[in-house]
Amino acid sequence: MGQRTVIPFGPQHPVLPEPVHLDLVLEDERVVDAIPQIGFIHRGLEKLVEKRDYQRYVYVAERICGICSFGHSFGYSRAIEALMNIEVPERAQHLRIIWHELSRMHSHMLWLGLAADAFGFESLFMHTWRLRERILEIFERTAGGRVILSVCTPGGVFSDIENTELRAICDILATMRVEYDQICATFFEDSSVRSRLVGVGVLSQETAREFGTVGPFARASGLAIDGRMTDTDAYSKLVAFEPILSNDGDCYARCWCRAQEVRQSIDIINEMVDKIPQGEVRAEVKGNPAEGAEAFARMEQPRGEAFYYVKGNGTKYLERFRVRTPTAANIPGMVAAIRGCDLADVPNIILTIDPCISCTER
Amino acid sequence: MGEFKLGRMTLKSLFSKPATKLYPFEEPTYYQETKGHIVIDVDKCRYCGVCANLCPTNAIEVDRKAYTWTIDRFRCIQCRNCVHVCTESALIMANEYAEPSTEHVREVFEISPEEREKREAAAAEKAAKAAKLKEEALAKKKAKAKEE
Repeated sequence: MGQRTVIPFGPQHPVLPEPVHLDLVLEDERVVDAIPQIGFIHRGLEKLVEKRDYQRYVYVAERICGICSFGHSFGYSRAIEALMNIEVPERAQHLRIIWHELSRMHSHMLWLGLAADAFGFESLFMHTWRLRERILEIFERTAGGRVILSVCTPGGVFSDIENTELRAICDILATMRVEYDQICATFFEDSSVRSRLVGVGVLSQETAREFGTVGPFARASGLAIDGRMTDTDAYSKLVAFEPILSNDGDCYARCWCRAQEVRQSIDIINEMVDKIPQGEVRAEVKGNPAEGAEAFARMEQPRGEAFYYVKGNGTKYLERFRVRTPTAANIPGMVAAIRGCDLADVPNIILTIDPCISCTER
Repeated sequence: MGEFKLGRMTLKSLFSKPATKLYPFEEPTYYQETKGHIVIDVDKCRYCGVCANLCPTNAIEVDRKAYTWTIDRFRCIQCRNCVHVCTESALIMANEYAEPSTEHVREVFEISPEEREKREAAAAEKAAKAAKLKEEALAKKKAKAKEE
């Protein structure tokens, strides 16, 4: 047994902007243990429910994360709707899913670009982000913002998308798919990419289950966990939904799962556009949540399952709001995947869980 | 062999237009929905203060007596909440972004002199009417008390 050395990793590290700190315990070049630490970016957003009324808090909720901002406003709105028994119009449900799937696409493409950058493939990073820009343009065309949309609210959505515009979005996605397939071919077949990802940071299905991992990180280890499978919203109207699974559990499998999910999202959007009914997009929300009333909502965010809990106190302010983000569930799994790897592979493994520490600390 | 998979795409990029815009030399594209900055038609405004009360960042201030509407552009988050709640459709979201500024100044919008005159006259008329009604009610009350 060689001498053990502890190397600090983060919270400021060139490979990922998220402030996560790890104490890496090394034996020569091999990592034998990793001790994670978060707590560098806490903003106290949950506490703000006491200062912003429940309808206005949605603007704070969507600022929990800069990437899945729509997902957080969607999850919060669903929790409030469950708390106050509000029926969301069908068209609004479909529109929410279209925006949510678009944000999943942009999140995954952002991640694929960052992953390419992490393993030193600059041009792949640039091309992936160039393609992602089209999704951001769709956001701006439909909701007015590129990142923060401010379009979801308890009871529905603020603005409608015309059917002709929805068709135009499908056309943009169809042209994008051709270019996306070329980028995917590089990700999956290029020998330099494979040499950095295949067999690195393997997490077995048993370990993934044991540590309660979620999202593409769990699905890459063969765990069939996807919130969209059991969703009662417009997702239940999909003809078929099969989660993207891989049994390899390595960095390559995580990359593959996310890349395939972008394609799956395009299919879901196309199906939603075909099925979208006409009608109202917002139900009226009146009154305040009852005292002691509790509700929760589960959402499949791009990074995995997120959980939202709300409790009312009879006033327009909520008593409690709590979010459990996917990264919080994935950190123990990430540590398990890091154990036994080479020091040079640590950035890759951390990146492949797609950590969002800002979400986790709120 | 799996090398040079991205070669064709990269070569294409070499001979095509840049994917990004050379701002500020090129004009940015604004869409119909683009959230730029809040614009107010002060003459339409009722100065009810709903936009200020419901603003999530308290960026708006409304003075009913002075007929002024003030916005702090540094605080505004372009959520469009004020546009949604305005009953008079006096607020609109313009597509162009607000001008950059190095000083923290609040923009104050004042009602036009003609509209102010009109509203002050209407308010005076309303006050006179109310005073008259009050007087009449008082007189009636007095008369009733005398009869009794």
